[in-house]
Amino acid sequence: MSTAVVSDTWYMTQRQFMAFLRQPAYLIITLIQPVIWLFLFGALFRKVATIPGFGSGSYLDYLVPGVIVMSAVSSNMWAGMGTLEEIERGTLNRFLITPVRRSALMNANVVMQALTTAFQSVIIVLLGWIGGAHYPGGAAGLVVLIVASSVLGTIFGAFSNALGMLVRERESIIGINTFLLLPLTFLSSAFMATTLMPHWMQVVARFNPVNWALEAGRSAMAASPDWWSVFSHGSWLVLLAAAAVWLSMRTFRSYQKSV
Amino acid sequence: MNSETRTAPLSAVPDQAVGAAAVHAVDLVKTYRPKGRGKARPEGVRALDGLSISVEPGIVFGLLGPNGAGKSTTVKILTTLAAADSGSAAVAGFDVRREPDKVRRAIGVVAQKSGADPVATGRDNLVLQGRLYGMRGAELTRRVDALLERFDLADAAGRQVKTYSGGMLRRLDVAIGLVHRPQVLFLDEPTTGLDPEARTAMWEEIERLAGAEGLTILLTTHYLEEADKLATRLAIVDRGRVVVQGTPDELKGELRGDALAVELSADAADELPVIGALGSVDGVRDITLHGRRVAARADDGAAAVPAVLAALDRIGLGVAAVTVARPSLDDVYLRYAGRSFSAAESTSVLEGAGR
Repeated sequence: MSTAVVSDTWYMTQRQFMAFLRQPAYLIITLIQPVIWLFLFGALFRKVATIPGFGSGSYLDYLVPGVIVMSAVSSNMWAGMGTLEEIERGTLNRFLITPVRRSALMNANVVMQALTTAFQSVIIVLLGWIGGAHYPGGAAGLVVLIVASSVLGTIFGAFSNALGMLVRERESIIGINTFLLLPLTFLSSAFMATTLMPHWMQVVARFNPVNWALEAGRSAMAASPDWWSVFSHGSWLVLLAAAAVWLSMRTFRSYQKSV
Repeated sequence: MNSETRTAPLSAVPDQAVGAAAVHAVDLVKTYRPKGRGKARPEGVRALDGLSISVEPGIVFGLLGPNGAGKSTTVKILTTLAAADSGSAAVAGFDVRREPDKVRRAIGVVAQKSGADPVATGRDNLVLQGRLYGMRGAELTRRVDALLERFDLADAAGRQVKTYSGGMLRRLDVAIGLVHRPQVLFLDEPTTGLDPEARTAMWEEIERLAGAEGLTILLTTHYLEEADKLATRLAIVDRGRVVVQGTPDELKGELRGDALAVELSADAADELPVIGALGSVDGVRDITLHGRRVAARADDGAAAVPAVLAALDRIGLGVAAVTVARPSLDDVYLRYAGRSFSAAESTSVLEGAGR
């Protein structure tokens, strides 16, 4: 990569980051929503931890990774809306007329998604800690969880961008997102140990990227981490992220052709 | 990624461009194919159908035509945003297809849609734009300050763009297009949607730009008066091709003479004596009479007035008023496009609605 790509990526990311900071309502919702998840689900499912075979001591301990991953999915799956707005407003065309490196425009999206997801994840870890959650895996486990959720966020962000550029309709993004969020979350170990799921759900969960992120995170956060599980689930996540970013770059090129 | 280095585009006047046309487009064709839905026209919409223009450096060149005539598509191709199906184009001496990066460094664009980031401040928008062209540090700050001052945005520089009025936003758009000191500036319908006051201000701004630093401006508009007022030369575009081009005066001059309108003080009893009397005046023709109103064409309208008055006086008719009008671009459009401008506008609106 030439230095121009790096500096262009930096400037484009900076622009998105400033936009994020300048929209306090959006910022506050991003922070409040996980709090609601944490305390709502924490209270609702508190007794789940007492079910034989559940494993974890406190449900809050179990819930923190679940909320982190669910938030990573739910905030990034709307990325396509922002892209659509930039297309409609003419901002994307404005940048395409400048000599900015094309790859920098997409890089900025990926970097921004990863950064905001990591930021959001750190906040949830802290909130959980204030609420009394324990993290037996220590700092290393938390870092793995945050990285895994950021990669997952990148996957959903890139798919959402690709969808936005392909269909150019808000309704499609809204429809697909509302359709996907809860099934993907519940077909993972976010709120319930997979061992307690019906068999068919366990099978589906094995192919669910949301569950890959959770498995990687939980394996690293355990008192005695299972690094093989971290590695294998992490690899699948990274592969899928690469595919998603590649797809969004392809749709970006097809957008340029349709101008 | 190519390894081409970024040069500061400040004094960038490439040798090839000197003396050559600032914009040169030959036989551009572009068809938009409908995607999925809206199968009303499976063959696609032919936005450009062999459009050619040549713009000499340092002038304001107007592309005049109704909505949907192909003006914006032309701008998109010339600014490297879209690729033509066939034909070739060069801007500032660089081929838009083979050397898009060089073209991009040489041009500034004010598109129909603003493109400014509404959440960022006016200053941020300008600084980012400069950075994308490789400008840095104190030099960039000076340039941005100068532009904010010049476009009367210094007080609003720290405010988010979404708080700007329509006129302020348009001025910011022009400033954004000028940050890197382009050789060719594209203004795509810069005054559409502005209130009359802001439009007049924008016209003054464009006139001021036109005089400066050998900047070439390609202006698209669907306002006849705007093209007439601002353009040194203009091309009238209809259905994806140039139907005629020249200076506004040349185009109007090609119509046969001025329009002469005479209002009689009383109804003429019979039209024949009136037509006979006026027909005897040199250079006056196409005489028609409706009640008290007499319309005619004259090679030189102003010079014909005394003779017309005398001729009418001889047959005992009094005159209440005489007006002489230079032909308007509307007349030119009617003659070359074969339909009146307003009719073309409303057809294209219908076509646009089906897209």
